[in-house]
Amino acid sequence: MFLPPPDLRPGEAAALAARTAARAADEGVAEVVYATVDSPAGRLVAVATPRGLARLAYELENGGLDTILDEAALKLSPAIVEAPARLDAVRRELDEYFEGRREEFDIPLDWALSTPGFRRLVLQECARIPFGATRTYKEMAIAAGSPRAFRAAGGALGSNPIPIIVPCHRVLASGGGLGGYTGGLDRKRLLLGIEAPTLFA
Amino acid sequence: MTTARLPPFQRFLDAHRDQVLRFLIASVGRHDADDAFQETFISALRAYPQLRPDSNLRGWVLTIAHRKALDVHRARGRNPVPVAEIHDRPAATPAAEPPDHWERVRALPPRQHEVLTLRYAADLTHAEIALALGCSEEAARRAAADGLKTLREELRDVPATA
Repeated sequence: MFLPPPDLRPGEAAALAARTAARAADEGVAEVVYATVDSPAGRLVAVATPRGLARLAYELENGGLDTILDEAALKLSPAIVEAPARLDAVRRELDEYFEGRREEFDIPLDWALSTPGFRRLVLQECARIPFGATRTYKEMAIAAGSPRAFRAAGGALGSNPIPIIVPCHRVLASGGGLGGYTGGLDRKRLLLGIEAPTLFA
Repeated sequence: MTTARLPPFQRFLDAHRDQVLRFLIASVGRHDADDAFQETFISALRAYPQLRPDSNLRGWVLTIAHRKALDVHRARGRNPVPVAEIHDRPAATPAAEPPDHWERVRALPPRQHEVLTLRYAADLTHAEIALALGCSEEAARRAAADGLKTLREELRDVPATA
């Protein structure tokens, strides 16, 4: 060609894009930020708004990063960028939790991705279950004010947008069985094992 | 649902970053390209949530990049940086400086410079260029042809160097 385009150095545009995304997050131009977080339960995708953490997704169980971001763009805002530094606190608290050095999370939460009403109430009640304790689906239905809606309570917990931090793994079947889990039962066992090693190890 | 949706901004940024950076290096030089790149995508992000999902995203972001390049040229006093001045400037990484022909393109009349940069550094079609510059496709083609003609004549006059 008569006028070949300028050459780029390897990684130059990617590094510049990352700096731009970080700046967009710091200046509040990005309405939503995300980062990936490696954990013993597999890779997680954390998505936050200015109000707090809105989503913590098991990457593989939720269709991969692209699917998780598509959903966040649709339900929160398409103005979403990768900003690992903005999710440092989430990463740190999760690391401490998995190392057995943290029992409660201090990260602010944004409930925007849970359905308002009964479902959100169940999840907010769930967020109060202390480390090492467990509840039944029936107890969660009662706590949310609809004692007979234990199946719906199970559905609400299954739709938990912020697993681990909103500890739906602490809710078990009435007969003592594990019940279900959004990230698969192996992960439920893993999390319960961290919290009560004598019972679930 | 089959309705077109805007991709998450990060995906849009990743998809167009190379093209925008190439365009800006060609248009304003490597030294000012970093800032102009950030300004381009920050401006794009501000407008992004209101953008129609079926928009031509590539043409849109290069239109913004073109405006940021104009800001840089205006800040330099509306005059393109003379070729000699560029050579005098200490180059931090001489090997990565844009090839000489883009310096020549920058010295062309503004419309010719704009069209050639959008066409050959950003790989836009003449129709996309016409939209970005707010001119007719015919005017874009003519400016490109005029610019290329001048460049060919200049290159013919340049004595071969080692």
